[in-house]
Amino acid sequence: MSSDKTNGGLRSPFRRKLLLGMAALPAVGLLTRNAAAQALATDAVNTTKLAVTDSTVKVGILHSTTGTMAISETGSVQAEKLAIAQINEMGGVLGRKIEVIQEDGASDWPTFAEKARKLLVEDKVAAVFGCWTSASRKAVLPVFEQYNGMLYYPTFYEGLEQSKNVIYTGQEATQQILAGLDWVSKEKGAKSFFLIGSDYIWPRTSNKIARKHIEKNGQKVVGEEYFPLGHTQFNSVINKIKLTKPDVIYASVVGGSNVAFYKQLKAAGINLEKQTLMTISVTEDEMLGIGGENIAGAYACMKYFQSLKNPNNEKFVAAFKKMWGGESVIGDVTQAGYLGPWLWKLTAEKAQSFDVDKIAAASDGIEFTGAPEGYVRIHANHHLWSKTRVGRARMDGQFDMVYETADLIEPDPFPKGYQ
Amino acid sequence: MKKTAIQSGSPFRVTGEMTGVLLLALFIVVVLPLGLDTFRLNMVGKYLTYAFVALGLVLCWGSAGILSLGQGIFFGLGGYCMAMFLKLEASSPEATKIQSTPGIPDFMDWNQLTALPWFWEPFHSLTFSVVAVVAVPALLAFVVGLAMFKRRVGGVYFAIITQAFAAILTILIVGQQGYTGGINGITDLRTLKGWDIRTDEAKLVLYFVNAALLIGCILLCLYVRHSKLGRILVALRDKEDRVRFSGYDVANFKIFVFCFAAALSAVGGAMFTLQVGFMSPSFVGIVPSIEMVIYCAVGGRLSLLGAVYGTLLVNWAKTLLSESFPELWLFAMGALFIGVVMVFPNGLAGLYQQHLAPHLKRALSRGRPGVAAPAATIIPPHTAAD
Repeated sequence: MSSDKTNGGLRSPFRRKLLLGMAALPAVGLLTRNAAAQALATDAVNTTKLAVTDSTVKVGILHSTTGTMAISETGSVQAEKLAIAQINEMGGVLGRKIEVIQEDGASDWPTFAEKARKLLVEDKVAAVFGCWTSASRKAVLPVFEQYNGMLYYPTFYEGLEQSKNVIYTGQEATQQILAGLDWVSKEKGAKSFFLIGSDYIWPRTSNKIARKHIEKNGQKVVGEEYFPLGHTQFNSVINKIKLTKPDVIYASVVGGSNVAFYKQLKAAGINLEKQTLMTISVTEDEMLGIGGENIAGAYACMKYFQSLKNPNNEKFVAAFKKMWGGESVIGDVTQAGYLGPWLWKLTAEKAQSFDVDKIAAASDGIEFTGAPEGYVRIHANHHLWSKTRVGRARMDGQFDMVYETADLIEPDPFPKGYQ
Repeated sequence: MKKTAIQSGSPFRVTGEMTGVLLLALFIVVVLPLGLDTFRLNMVGKYLTYAFVALGLVLCWGSAGILSLGQGIFFGLGGYCMAMFLKLEASSPEATKIQSTPGIPDFMDWNQLTALPWFWEPFHSLTFSVVAVVAVPALLAFVVGLAMFKRRVGGVYFAIITQAFAAILTILIVGQQGYTGGINGITDLRTLKGWDIRTDEAKLVLYFVNAALLIGCILLCLYVRHSKLGRILVALRDKEDRVRFSGYDVANFKIFVFCFAAALSAVGGAMFTLQVGFMSPSFVGIVPSIEMVIYCAVGGRLSLLGAVYGTLLVNWAKTLLSESFPELWLFAMGALFIGVVMVFPNGLAGLYQQHLAPHLKRALSRGRPGVAAPAATIIPPHTAAD
């Protein structure tokens, strides 16, 4: 992980690689043939002194592997490493193998900023796959803009942001919310909603959009409550839910609070088979902690479920389990993390360059047909076109998909009429 | 408390301390900038802002025996005061014209605020903000100190109460996100009176400003320690009742040193905001506050210089270990802390005093016979603070 300045000595690492390659002669042969065939000199694909040599390109992975967020972010790290391993098996990007430099954000926003700066300034990585919470993204965004880096950010988030230096591979809020609300209104004839979330920017913005949409449809919000992150006492709000009898409980409670929330709902006698609950914050990962028996019957609004039936996803799930163990589960964000390295590879090949400016410019319109969620495409605003899907939680911690939008939904990070 | 001299201290100690300050200044101002690139230097600059907190703790905890587990409050408040000014400057109507209400900070717009809250208004002024950086935390410390020390709350109870304050303030900041930026904090700070603080040159300038402030604060602390006031602080740490029976109002001294430590922390917080470019509630809470106590403990809670070196050491170790072992570094840090406390409980400074200083002294006095330096009194006997 020491940052040897590979830029200066292009020759020697390459020669060392060749020597090392005696054991793996075929691979090196393929690599050099690729490089020769594409005839892309390092000077040509890298005009901004990134860590690119004739045979390698460095990228960064920046997630929390320690601290409270580690439990959520580990899946993203695993997915990103899987994608990178698969890309390397296919010969890398522009004939160059990807080398990963991993840094730990330690669930601490300033640490994220420090490590982002390190990756960009010291390691000169060509791209970074990372961040999870909005707070960590907000902390690193000025760093990426200042040093002109490229960040692939996997989490569904609140929107209200767009940057040349970020590709958002998760859904922005309208993509996740609107179609789900329409479905639940039509399917369940819902007239009243109770909004409950953790107290930070994502749930608040999401609920703002949800409220506007609900009221536009002539329905009613009968309650809206927020709790600090890590809160575990939901009895009072559960009583309010019982009093107001909403048709739909709309939940954006995150992290460990989820466990308490669903257990207490169940203990209070609210049966999710009868009471409709729609969540935008529970994926397969959270289900591990909550326990299927506590949440079975609830609806989750995501763009990906591990149980999706399509050839891409079956291959992805098998490869993921092979690499990280048969017990591992894959949630929405994990899948979005997997998209990052692939989208970057495709963009670099379109741009015929690793330069961040060229990658940023070439991103518009990049299509990835091999995505586990199905076909995705990058919009000019650097978000992804993607479908909205509704899944119903099962006892075994998986979801049955009950609805998906017919078309890809256009990302709209600054939705007019919802602000 | 007025003009008490340093003459009562032994000549060796005073010259030794001044040499120490000079060496530290040399290390920070000359050696580090020459040896490190801008990126690493900026990182050291960030660590040095924590050293302000550690200095405050040396006086408050080391000298006066008041353990505060809530210094993050003051570091954070100082940082927030600075961040509010910078954020307002970054939120000009032109820069924020895509918002529904241009001219207010972006997070207010996201939280449906349509006007700048009244308590943000004065932060348009740099002078007010700089005064607030020190005054707001000192005032809070005064109120807390008044409430606690006048009632003779001390020791472990005081530590727990400061911790509670840290938790309360975090919840307040996180909960009022329309006014404070919530858990994200105040981010994307750009210029100080038109001067872009994000460039490498600006970072270099800020580093030196920070270093100069730190040295200034160390000298100020040394002055306080050697004054009569400093002696009373030590006395009330070791035998509070005797000081009280001698006619001193113990509470006032405690309030003073607590406010002083708070003001030092706040200066560090403001410099942090300037150098890192944002401020968030993750510096206000219990965990960072305890971490800051650890810096001080590793350096040696009785030594001002030790606290600075301790801060640097712990943070360097944190950065290097987490870069080399992203999955395991926390264990290494834990081992380091346990090791430090087991092997040299008085921290780096204790190590120096016990093993290095005697040799140095012998070497020095060989050249100057007759100056038999008295035994160093920096390390008190191991008596409980209370």
